[in-house]
Amino acid sequence: MSQLSVQHLLGIKHLKKADIDLIFKTADHFKEVINRPIKKVPSLRDITIANLFFENSTRTKLSFELAEKRLSADVINFSASQSSVKKGETLIDTANNILSMKVDLIVMRHPNVGACDFLSKHVDAKIVNAGDGTHEHPTQALLDSYSIREKLGTVAGKKVVIVGDILHSRVALSNIYALKLQGAEVKVCGPKTLIPKYIEELGVSVEYNIRKALEWCDVANVLRVQNERMAINYFPSTREYAQLFGINKKLLDSIGKKIVIMHPGPINRGVEITSDVADADQSIILNQVENGVAVRMAVIYLLAEQIERHN
Amino acid sequence: MSKKNLLNSKEIHIILHRLACQLIENHDDFKNTVLIGIQPRGIYLAERLVSILKNDYNIKSINLGQLDITFYRDDFRRRGEPLEANKTNINFTVENKNIVFIDDVLYSGRSIRAALTAIQSFGRPSDIELLVLIDRRFSRHLPIQPDYRGRQVDVINKERVTVNWKENNGEDAVYITNN
Repeated sequence: MSQLSVQHLLGIKHLKKADIDLIFKTADHFKEVINRPIKKVPSLRDITIANLFFENSTRTKLSFELAEKRLSADVINFSASQSSVKKGETLIDTANNILSMKVDLIVMRHPNVGACDFLSKHVDAKIVNAGDGTHEHPTQALLDSYSIREKLGTVAGKKVVIVGDILHSRVALSNIYALKLQGAEVKVCGPKTLIPKYIEELGVSVEYNIRKALEWCDVANVLRVQNERMAINYFPSTREYAQLFGINKKLLDSIGKKIVIMHPGPINRGVEITSDVADADQSIILNQVENGVAVRMAVIYLLAEQIERHN
Repeated sequence: MSKKNLLNSKEIHIILHRLACQLIENHDDFKNTVLIGIQPRGIYLAERLVSILKNDYNIKSINLGQLDITFYRDDFRRRGEPLEANKTNINFTVENKNIVFIDDVLYSGRSIRAALTAIQSFGRPSDIELLVLIDRRFSRHLPIQPDYRGRQVDVINKERVTVNWKENNGEDAVYITNN
């Protein structure tokens, strides 16, 4: 297969295993490209991309922008804090105004679940979801799996535990879909209040004891507690959370095997993970960031391939 | 469909040795020269030439790379079926080097145009030459000509030239097919 089965990247849920294989194979080539003296290819010279960020982001926004520029696309950036959204403009109006400037592809982050799906039905452009509320963050899950594949050779059959605030995490949901699709075993671990009800229906198991979870897994993907999405208190104190679910060097050394540590960022050092773990040689956190550019280049390249030419 | 054999294994053997000798004439001990096989089909020819140069002509060491041009092609979004990329493998610097591009068939010249752009990402070579096994005369879209050619052929546009290698097709042979 040399073409994606989807028209937009709205979530991992819509992808097939063959799509992920194609994205990873293409990302391998782009990873080689971004390690050259000149890290740029001319493929997307006639494509214009708008990055619409209705929610704060540093890593994802930079990573997307770099990926787009490495492919030679023209890039325009928009963040909601400085825009007419504040003046009362609707999402479709904002998008259509941007599209009338001849934009071919939109990368969007939005606080509302399903915003990208909604936009894809109402505007004539390719949509890439860069995170919609607590729903999906597909490129993060792809780069996480890509990093596991790079470190361990394959994702199939590996045991991955996702630790932390599963309830508010789009990274967790996208990762669960992606890992299951590739044949990995997935466990989630966190305070009972931050584990969604019925999560087992996605084919994952639940563990409330961090030591048992770490002893079971090959890879631990550690998530941040998303305080900004919490209207109520889900656990008594940050200190208690760090004591019960934080990963420190002592705990890691005591489990008798070397597991791979991942974190999508931003890290709250000393809360979900201590500095000596984040900076340890078994941590692939910075590899994830590098792979993010290659994977996003692959996604954009493969979607751009489907854009019709007007000449 | 008609299929005509243009070159057999013995003829290819003789041509490869001639091309190797011509390369030695111009590049001596290959100290400042790198050979680049163009993906996907040029790499077999490049590997053959390197093995002849090393085994039969006692050249000690030759830098051999593989260059994929997929992301530099001028027909992105203009093809019915998208192309899959191949591996690029250039683990040496090309700055101030003499480069020889190696491909099996030279047709429109567009692949070589893309390769000329692609190689710039690895530095500024001193000069670039082109070696091809089959040169399809009169079919060029661009002002690009080979410096070393195995055999020049006159074929019409709807005819196809296929180069088979023992490594992946089980025989060394060149065919002209007409659909």
